[in-house]
Amino acid sequence: MIRAVLVMNTQGKPRLAKFYEFRPVEKQQEIIRNVFAVLCSRPEHVSNFVDAESFFGPDARLVYKHFATLYFVFIFDGSENELAMLDLIQVFVETLDKCFRNVCELDVVFNYSKMHTILDEIIFGGQVLETSSTEVIKAVEEISKLEAASSSINLVSKSVSSWRSR
Amino acid sequence: MGSQGGFGQSKEFLDLIKSIGEARSKAEEDRIVIREIETLKRRISEPDIPKRKMKEYIIRLLYVEMLGHDASFGYIHAVKMTHDDNLPSKRTGYLAVTLFLNDDHDLIILIVNTIQKDLKSDNYLVVCAALNAVCRLINDETIPAVLPLVVDLLSHSKEAVRKKAVMALHSFHRKSPSSVSHLISNFRKRLCDNDPGVMGATLCPLFDLVNADPTPYKDLVVSFVSILKQVAEHRLPKSYDYHQMPAPFVQIKLLKILALLGSGDKLASEHMYTVIGDVIRKGDSSSNIGNAILYESIRCVSSIYPNAKLLEAAADVIAKFLKSDSHNLKYMGIDALGRLIKLSPLIAEQHQLAVIDCLEDPDDTLKRKTFELLYKMTKSSNVEVIVDRMIDYMISISDDHYKTYIASRCVELAEQFAPSNHWFIQTMNKVFEHAGDLVNIKVAHNLMRLIAEGFGEDDDTTYSQLRSSAVESYLRIIGEPKLPSVFLQVICWVLGEYGTADGKHSASYITGKLCDMAEAYSNDETVKAYAITALTKIYSFEIAAGRKVDMLSECQSLVEELLASHSTDLQQRAYELQSVIGLDARAVEAILPHDASCEDIEVDKNISFLNDYVQKAIERGAMPYISENERSGMVNMSNFSSQDQQESGQHGLRFEAYEVPKPPVPSKVTPVSLSSVTDLVPVSESLYARETHHITSVGVASDTGSSGLKLKLDGVQKKWGKPTYSSPASSSNSTSQNPVNGVTKVDVATTVNSKVRDSYDSRKQQNEIDPEKQKLAASLFGGSTKPERRTSASSKVSKASAGAADRPQDSKAAIVPNKTSGEKTNQQPPPQDLLDLGEPTVTVAPPTVDPFQQLEGLLDASISSTVSPSVGAVSNAPDIMSLYTGSTSSEQRGAGGYIPVTGDNLNLLSELSSAAAVRGTTGETNAAPLSLSVKGANAKDSLEKDAKVRQMGVTPTSQNPNLFRDLLG
Repeated sequence: MIRAVLVMNTQGKPRLAKFYEFRPVEKQQEIIRNVFAVLCSRPEHVSNFVDAESFFGPDARLVYKHFATLYFVFIFDGSENELAMLDLIQVFVETLDKCFRNVCELDVVFNYSKMHTILDEIIFGGQVLETSSTEVIKAVEEISKLEAASSSINLVSKSVSSWRSR
Repeated sequence: MGSQGGFGQSKEFLDLIKSIGEARSKAEEDRIVIREIETLKRRISEPDIPKRKMKEYIIRLLYVEMLGHDASFGYIHAVKMTHDDNLPSKRTGYLAVTLFLNDDHDLIILIVNTIQKDLKSDNYLVVCAALNAVCRLINDETIPAVLPLVVDLLSHSKEAVRKKAVMALHSFHRKSPSSVSHLISNFRKRLCDNDPGVMGATLCPLFDLVNADPTPYKDLVVSFVSILKQVAEHRLPKSYDYHQMPAPFVQIKLLKILALLGSGDKLASEHMYTVIGDVIRKGDSSSNIGNAILYESIRCVSSIYPNAKLLEAAADVIAKFLKSDSHNLKYMGIDALGRLIKLSPLIAEQHQLAVIDCLEDPDDTLKRKTFELLYKMTKSSNVEVIVDRMIDYMISISDDHYKTYIASRCVELAEQFAPSNHWFIQTMNKVFEHAGDLVNIKVAHNLMRLIAEGFGEDDDTTYSQLRSSAVESYLRIIGEPKLPSVFLQVICWVLGEYGTADGKHSASYITGKLCDMAEAYSNDETVKAYAITALTKIYSFEIAAGRKVDMLSECQSLVEELLASHSTDLQQRAYELQSVIGLDARAVEAILPHDASCEDIEVDKNISFLNDYVQKAIERGAMPYISENERSGMVNMSNFSSQDQQESGQHGLRFEAYEVPKPPVPSKVTPVSLSSVTDLVPVSESLYARETHHITSVGVASDTGSSGLKLKLDGVQKKWGKPTYSSPASSSNSTSQNPVNGVTKVDVATTVNSKVRDSYDSRKQQNEIDPEKQKLAASLFGGSTKPERRTSASSKVSKASAGAADRPQDSKAAIVPNKTSGEKTNQQPPPQDLLDLGEPTVTVAPPTVDPFQQLEGLLDASISSTVSPSVGAVSNAPDIMSLYTGSTSSEQRGAGGYIPVTGDNLNLLSELSSAAAVRGTTGETNAAPLSLSVKGANAKDSLEKDAKVRQMGVTPTSQNPNLFRDLLG
């Protein structure tokens, strides 16, 4: 299963951290620090895999991908395939890209909850749920639509009531 | 949800993020965040906050916590938000609680009710949000509260909900298997869901279930196979394609499940062969995901009951991976090679250079993977190169976790395969020097024992040479700063025992060094204890030799310091030193005879000779003896000294004279060829001869420097024994009462080995990089790297068997799939198989081998390695590659000449057994270095083979696909 998804920038600041098994806040920070230390020490044009056992417990592997100023990191165990995880990162990033049109770090920072919505449509409880970015976007858009609808209903009712009370 | 594009957050939040982004230091960032926390604390508890605002506060809280600050004051607000009817608020609330809370948090109780309500909601988004929370927040206590609801959702009309419900059940299963054990049938049912997405989701829990115990799911093999077949044939809707690959994640999961189900199960595996073959054939090696599937197929092939054709296909894929420029693919290739090498040890040879490239790659991950592979292929012929490399790498890294790991691997390999004691000591020195604090103390004791007992009773010169070389190397190393304690202990002990033995160094020089050490590491009591004992020994040797002892002033001050030490152990040692010095030569000789550390100490545990005295004392009213348990404190304290006594055998108070040295008892003796090794002098010669006895070409053997090893250390027994034998002596070895038996017996002269090393080194220096790599390859892969020559040689072989080889090999090849896959096939024989195929025809002839037994054993690869030892094997692990190739060449010939007899399908029984033997031989080679021994065990067999190979008079060859492709079209 996938144990954690991290997005951090090249300065080591976390932009998204989702742990599929509970970790106390301090432990999370430690992991983020360790991951960053490993990632920034890696030369360019090497493999995207890192052994994560030393900071994430036995059988932990890490796959990362570097996009512009961001590292996308998936940590998972032996029941997943490394190359496939690499593609899952790709799916995630593609989806973000489609959602935000040329995603950049700022989008990731400012749309924190949307990031989570997207991620939740791809990975559910540590298992791969959906790998087609079109499907993910469909689901996310549907959620946004319904949410917008429910908010606007509230807005309408509110404005109506305020109008009435006038 | 923030609206698309525009950020939809308040100015405040934007400013916060901006200021954090611009923070120059962690401290500044912390200040900003703490201010933010204050603001939030104030704001969040204000009454009547608009929902939209509240949502943002919660998001800000999440953000704060992600940056590592405590946001627990806001948890309750997040929980409250989940109660909200407004969808965005509810979703945000759920998001927040899943990120904030653990499943045993007190607030969960407040959420369970909401979750229950939401799982029944008409709005599927609410249900999904609740399911998401279920996965993370429900623990084994709360599972019953939601379980029925989740089970109901398994038949929800929306496939997205069904999918998530399956996964939620999966998470229950992970947390508490018993809670859902009655629902496992639901997973099976969902496997047939109309929606492929739900089916795919079901594979995850099934994988876990099969992983735990495959037996109950064997009936699903057919279903899995047919699903995989349909997926691979693009039967799924296009929307499941990913980069033109049909549902790759489903394929990968299926292959993983099949690998588990087919492992060691011939019947189940037979169902899979075709579909796996298809998957590999359709595999698209140009895309990343295509390679992921190919890699997974290799994993599957290497896990299930082996099939020659698939193994060949897998080998081809590996070749592609390794040749690729992508580091990722190389990594996968190396990993796959490591898996496959157990089944077909020969495939590594084709990729020697690729492997070496990976070893020298700047990519750490790749390097580590390659070490993993090398570890799997280590044998006595290449152990030096591999361990040297490992140590170099170990020195270069700073990651303690991995350092420990690789150090223990080095020690393990060195203990298991060391070609000579000298090399072993040098290697251990390096390991200790650089990772001493990380290795097990036992390793140090083994090392001391090895230095003491080294060579048994023969060959005195190398014996003392070894010791003085150890002493020299330690004297050199001593100067280094900050040596690990364990290593210092070894150094002290060796210097004490043998520092003055060869007369090169004066007692005062050695004692000076020892005192320096004790001083330099003055907080380490263990080192001090070792040092003072070493001093005692040196002085007593001096006295015994009739020389006058002149204690250095620094020694004196050390002794004085220790006389007043807080540690009773140190004190006792110091007093012993004092009293020993006061004795005359004869007494000292009796107490601490020179070079007697390996002798048996007979301990009269009852101290019966004191009985009279005790009796008298009690009569006079003395206190009776208090049993040891009651004096546990004392015992603890004396632990160290008693341990030391066992190790060194030199420690002070001894009441009986030493016995006459006994020849070390050879605790393990190979049944056939090596039984008399210990009696032969010089051993190295005889051993060598015996080994080459199996080897066709002496050139190859000497080239790779195979020298059998008899390194056998206490504590290593299991590892030693693992592949070949369970030494009955090993148990007695490990008892510390009898050091002599447990002590190493080594039959190899260092000279042979050092010669080999020399030649290797000089070769290495002579050549430029590329040839150097080839040499490295040669030394790693244990054979000459001259493929051309091999080709010609092997073509000679096959030409010798001429036309006969052509046709029968064909028919022979057809037999393999017959037996293994149960399909009637008439493919071209895979080259590997050809090589193996010869074997059965040879081995079948003498009915000494029970093919069925072998077959049984081979059902499980792991069993096979335990079967082979029972055949009665040798642990000398000589150059297996050359041996193996030796036998293969003979096999080839055997195949050529012999097949016409068994080759046609007349005698089913013989065929069966031959097939079994095919498997048998491949299986045996699994056990890496021991395959030879299996062959060697059957004396008749090996002789026959030997003779044949000699007749041929050619250098044995290994697998050579091209040749066979040429031959067979």
